[in-house]
Formats: sequence, C-alpha cells, structure tokens
Amino acid sequence: MSAVTILGIAGSIIILFALFEMMRRHRLREKYALIWALVALAIITVAAFPSLLIRTSEAIGLEVPANLLFFAASMVIMVLTLQHSSELGRLEERTRTLAEEIALLRLEIDQHRHPGGLLRPSEPRDEHPRELRE
Amino acid sequence: MSGDRVLIIVPAWNEQDAIAGTIAEIRECVPDADLLVIDDGSRDFTVDRARAAGATVCPLPFNLGVGGAMRTGYRYALRHGYDVAVQIDADGQHDPRYLAALLAGLDHADVVIGARFATPDDPYKVRGPRRWAMVLLATVLSRLAHTRLTDVTSGFRVSNRRAIAVFATHYPAEYLGDTVESLVIAARAGCTITQVPVTMRARMAGTASHSPFKAAVYLCRAVVALILALVRDWPAQLEDVAPGDDPAVVPAPAPGPEAEPTHEQEVRG
Repeated sequence: MSAVTILGIAGSIIILFALFEMMRRHRLREKYALIWALVALAIITVAAFPSLLIRTSEAIGLEVPANLLFFAASMVIMVLTLQHSSELGRLEERTRTLAEEIALLRLEIDQHRHPGGLLRPSEPRDEHPRELRE
Repeated sequence: MSGDRVLIIVPAWNEQDAIAGTIAEIRECVPDADLLVIDDGSRDFTVDRARAAGATVCPLPFNLGVGGAMRTGYRYALRHGYDVAVQIDADGQHDPRYLAALLAGLDHADVVIGARFATPDDPYKVRGPRRWAMVLLATVLSRLAHTRLTDVTSGFRVSNRRAIAVFATHYPAEYLGDTVESLVIAARAGCTITQVPVTMRARMAGTASHSPFKAAVYLCRAVVALILALVRDWPAQLEDVAPGDDPAVVPAPAPGPEAEPTHEQEVRG
C-alpha cells in the first residue's frame, strides 16, 4: 500500500466517523451529512483504486492525474460553499420576516393592553434590549 | 381623496435628535393621518422620543435596514385596511408640506414619488459618478414605468391599496432595494408610477459622501442592483398579490421550487 492510499483512506474514515458522531449528537442534519458522506466515499474509492483516477485523466487527456483530483476537489468545495451561501440567504430572509412579524405582533399586543394609550414615554420597551440587538 | 384612511410610515434608525421634530411637522401638515414610526433597532432614545411625540411606535428587535422597516409598515397598513400609505424619512429631509400634492397624485397613479431634479432650479445638487448613477437609474426606471421619473432613489413616496399589497409582500432589504428595486417590482406588478417635484432639505447628519471613490462605488453598486432587479424572478410571487392583473406584465413563473412556499404564506399572512 502506498502512502497516498493510506492517507486517502485514513482521511475519509476520519470524515465518516466525524459525520457519524455529529449526527449521533444531533449536531448535523442528514441533508448536509449526505453530501459529505458521498465526498468521503469518493475519496475512499479513489484511494483504494488509484487506477480509476489515472485512467480517467488519460481518457480526458490530462498528463498529471493529481490535477484531475485537485480540479474535482475544488469544484466540490465550491458547490458546497455556494449551497451554504444560498441556505444562509434563505435563513436571513426568514429571520427578517420573523423580526417584522414579531414587531407587528408586539405592537398589536401593546395596543390591546393600552387601548388608545399612545402617550407612554416612560414605559420600558422590552426586557432585554441589549441582548436582542447584538 | 378625502375620507381615505392614510397611514404615514416613518422608518427611523438612531434618529433621536430629529424624530420629534419630524413627527410634529407631519402632524401639523396632515392632522388626520395615523402615524407609525418603525424603529429599526435603534440604540438610542428614538423609541421613547417618538412615543413622547405621540406616534405609534413599532420597534423591530434588531436592525433590518430600510427595506425591513418599510415592509413592516406596509404590512401594518395592509392588515389595518389603510387606503393610502406614505413613506417619509425620519431625518427631516422630506418636507411634509408636499404631502398634499403627493396624495393628489394618487388620483391617476398607484405610486407617487416625491422627486428631486424634476425642475431646473432644484437646489439639491449631485455631481460626478453619483449623478451618473442617479441619471442611469432614473432613465431605466422611466422606460419601465412608461413615464418620466427623475429621482428613483427618493424615499419620499405615497402608495395606494394596490401598491401597498405589493410592497407588503415584496420590499427588498438589499442595497438600493428599498428604493430602486421596490419600484421595479411595483412596475412589473402592474402598478402605475408617477412623480411630483419636491425640494429636499439637507440632511441633518451629512452622510451623503462627496468622496469620488465612494461615489464610484455607489455607481457600481447601483448598476449591479439595477441589473439584479431587472432580471430577478419576482412575478411568480406577484401573481398572488394581484390576480386580476394584465397577464402581459406577469412573465413566466419562477422555476425554483425551493423559494416558493414562504412567499405564498407571506401573501396570505
């Protein structure tokens, strides 16, 4: 077994173990774990059968098989990061909607509690203003 | 226009020095209208001073930007059945004495903008890249709205029920989204847009930068924001808002299956 094979297999086993542990502790949701599991399995496959990589790079005309590996790896990482950005954007949009809703509901509750009472300058606005705003 | 229920929405962020004066001035000009201050997560005494000045205050839990504050305001207007919503800045830049003219403009449009640069003797002067950006935005928006618009980045605006329904669902929080993009959305949803010339006062806190570098950055961001606004798939969601609209202004539904459910819920909310 070559050093590359050992490194590849060890790396992907570490990833798979980490995935399993994180899912077991409810730290990772399956929908994100799946893609990482696929990445780890792909690394194992390539590490165990390096001829796959060599033959594929010959087929598409690459002289150094490692280049194919680097290209594939960077593409996978780019796609994953992009997916995270889009998820983040969706979460931000939802947070924004929730914040707006909360503000409107709080106003409504206020108006029910103090009908017509708009002149309440001394009333505390909320209990945890600083924490909420950080 | 008399007999219409008018809501004046004032988005305010750290405006403790200006807010009371602005509210008093608005009250003086339009005594019949209801006044709603949306506090955009201010860290100063904006909320207390606005309440003391007699406004209804809706404090957002954290800073969302003008887009978030305004969508909150338009939702309030929609839910409470207001006929007209007015958007006016808290910093005193917008003179509420123009409100009568703006409200009169609603007779023949869904959105009326209080616009600078509409008359040759407008004292509000902008030069360099910032000026180019404003001209570019105004030109593109004018073509989209089929009318002459000179100042599409103005936050001084009056909307009727139809536009309120659109803005309550779609009021982007992104850069220039609160002004330019929201107008693009309104135009594409079939709202008619017009403008009334106004003279704006100098900002109390002079944030409008004169550095050429910042002006150039503004130009680039404005171009990007404009292009994004023009190519984005809004209409799939707008169909829910205005079902009776001319189908010609409502392009094909968005292909993305993921983003849709939230918007449907928002419309019905």
